[in-house]
Amino acid sequence: MRKSQSHGCGEQSMAINWKDYSSAEFFDEVMSSPGNARKPAKKLVSYLKTLSEEDVTARKLAAESTIKEMGVSFTVYTEGGNIDRAWPFDIIPRTISSKQWETAAAGLKQRLTALNLFINDLYHEQKIIKDGVVPEFVLKQSKNYRKECEGIKPAFGVWAHICGTDLVRAGDGEFYVLEDNLRVPSGVSYMLENRAITKRVLPELFEEVDIQPVGDYPARLFDTLEALSPRRVKRPVIVVLTPGIFNSAYFEHAFLAQQMGAELVEGSDLVVQDDCVFMKTISGLERVDVIYRRIDDLFLDPEVFDKNSVLGVAGLMRAWQKGNVALANAPGAGVADDKVVYAFVPQVIKYYLDEDPLIPNVETFLCYDDKQREYVLANLDKLVVKPANESGGYGMLVGPHSTKKERETFADLIKSNPRNYIAQPTLALSTAPTLVGKNELEPRHLDLRPFILQSRDTYVTNGGLTRVAMKKGSLVVNSSQGGGSKDTWIVDA
Amino acid sequence: MLSKVAERTYWTARYLERVENTARLVRVYDNLLFDLPRNVNFGWYNLITLNSAQQEFEERYKVQDERNVVKFLLGDEHNYSSVVSSLKLIRENVRTTRDVVPEETWELVNELNLYVNDNLQQGINRRKRHEFLDGIIKGCQQIQGLIYTTMPHDAAWDFLRIGRSIERADMTTRILDAGVSAVLQLVDDDNAVNSRQIIWGNVLRSLGADQAYRRTTRTSVRGDSVVHYLLEDKVFPRTIAHSLYIILISASRLPRSHELVAYMEELQLNIFDDADYEQQGEHLRDYLNDLQTELGAIHEKIASLWFPIYE
Repeated sequence: MRKSQSHGCGEQSMAINWKDYSSAEFFDEVMSSPGNARKPAKKLVSYLKTLSEEDVTARKLAAESTIKEMGVSFTVYTEGGNIDRAWPFDIIPRTISSKQWETAAAGLKQRLTALNLFINDLYHEQKIIKDGVVPEFVLKQSKNYRKECEGIKPAFGVWAHICGTDLVRAGDGEFYVLEDNLRVPSGVSYMLENRAITKRVLPELFEEVDIQPVGDYPARLFDTLEALSPRRVKRPVIVVLTPGIFNSAYFEHAFLAQQMGAELVEGSDLVVQDDCVFMKTISGLERVDVIYRRIDDLFLDPEVFDKNSVLGVAGLMRAWQKGNVALANAPGAGVADDKVVYAFVPQVIKYYLDEDPLIPNVETFLCYDDKQREYVLANLDKLVVKPANESGGYGMLVGPHSTKKERETFADLIKSNPRNYIAQPTLALSTAPTLVGKNELEPRHLDLRPFILQSRDTYVTNGGLTRVAMKKGSLVVNSSQGGGSKDTWIVDA
Repeated sequence: MLSKVAERTYWTARYLERVENTARLVRVYDNLLFDLPRNVNFGWYNLITLNSAQQEFEERYKVQDERNVVKFLLGDEHNYSSVVSSLKLIRENVRTTRDVVPEETWELVNELNLYVNDNLQQGINRRKRHEFLDGIIKGCQQIQGLIYTTMPHDAAWDFLRIGRSIERADMTTRILDAGVSAVLQLVDDDNAVNSRQIIWGNVLRSLGADQAYRRTTRTSVRGDSVVHYLLEDKVFPRTIAHSLYIILISASRLPRSHELVAYMEELQLNIFDDADYEQQGEHLRDYLNDLQTELGAIHEKIASLWFPIYE
């Protein structure tokens, strides 16, 4: 390894004590045993070992000021108003071998391909239901099934163009799918910014290690969206539709629009005339071809959904139904984002592709099934219970960390609406070494959200957004609930 | 270009200009008060009058002293035109138009914002004030430089130029007005000639125009000549004539601007007809006031032509 800077002597104080780092019974992403790094992390760890206490502190400060200067923030809603918080970031990257990632990426492509075939089927013939693979009531009671979408034929038969799938690694070191986000998944800008920060903070390592780049995502997203244009024009007009500055993901909306060279619009910038969508410009009205919408279905069009929505555009659904504008993701795509549907994804893959899933699901108990519900109710202290249609980590019960009263509340909730709840074993989520307090190294649990794009082609990010539960022992990684993040390195090793 | 983006770009330029002008103004006052004889009644409160902010100031402060005036202009979040408020608005505007300005604009704006917030207390105290104000001016110039060197000359560029020019012209009328009113307040004694020269010299300096004035006019610093220069000189970037010219050029490059361009051409021909440089009294102040009103009218025309309509 290249000698770095001028510490020279070997007697400096070692800031990071790698020898005592242990993640106990959990699978650790970076260290295989105390003092021993896994193969993809070897160069990383041996480099970090050369840093003195002052070096580590300096790098941490550099990361903090970079984050502030780059204005990387997310919004937290509190009683005292909305606060823009700087993005919590840990400077030690999380590493994955490129070989293992290849399999995972193939599995993610397989999964989204099958899910799109599934959604398309649901809004047309519903063969999978007629063939008895997915029970009818799952669909009938789905909150995200939209009658308005029946019979519509989006380009390439694709409904979910942008998907964020949460992967976890359990004790055996294998990837499992925890959930698919097919509505308006967010986080990809943080994946890109995390890399930009790490390049500034640990530049030496990018010369030493073959780290797969992540920077082409905006270009791929642009290609994905451009292919959807209903007008065959040379330069279709693509816009990013945001709910506005008060949305927690506004930073990302602006970032992606800028990176793609697309217009960032709010509902009030758009108008529908003769079933076509136009934006209000300094030259008058200009036709819009593709809308990457970052608002939920129900706010899209006050004529069809929520009458009071000021975020959407009156007439938008009409324009989409007539094929005059493309919406990504298509309305109604969220029907496959239901956690009960999730439990059926292995069968869905088998049914449409005649393949076995390359990435397994986490074992899931469906509360509508009498037998499984009985098991869930008897084991609430061991399980994680999730509502079928929430996102952002809200409305969950983490059994082992719950009180008796919380478990009783959930037992009642499950009994009164069994269709709306699923349960999973509490996972032994993998960990990675994270700097806490005054440069101490401790294991923290994490997950991984890769992003998958699909229209004419299918693309998977190199890695994804690693989210870290910054609280000791916590399994909740959502940024709205005190989570942080790390850069994710797919390394040739 | 979206109408909303045009509006936000325009305001970004105005606020950026406002930040720099405010910093310049306070810096010049710092110097001015050292130079003027003690018996000259020329206080910090003039900075409030000049910005037409008497009412806002009085709602917040009882004493019209240096500390309160500087605090109000630099660090008061309740003053919409203060440096911190303007920076906050620049940040919100750039944040929502990041796709049309050079990428690094956002970072530089954040840096400037952090700099101001981190050093505000010191900046209000006189000892470190000069350094603090220099830092603000440099930060603004860095952003202007970035825009100047890396931004394509597209519609966003023109809206930035228009916003900057209107704000500049507005500030020039205000600084001239402050000069006229300061001279009117002078007691006619032995010091008067000297004091007049100091005041007009500082009017030029607050616009960064002293060197250009001397080179162009080749005369001493006299009221009539300074006012004439700052209104009518065609090549100095902060004069009224030049600002109006830039607005005209940029407007003519933007869509649907025929009427506005015709109006601006007409204006160019006769706007200085009523200026009387010999009579440096209330008449001139009225004229400067009319100019400010005219700039407001131009803003309204621009807004109704290109900006979103709010119901």
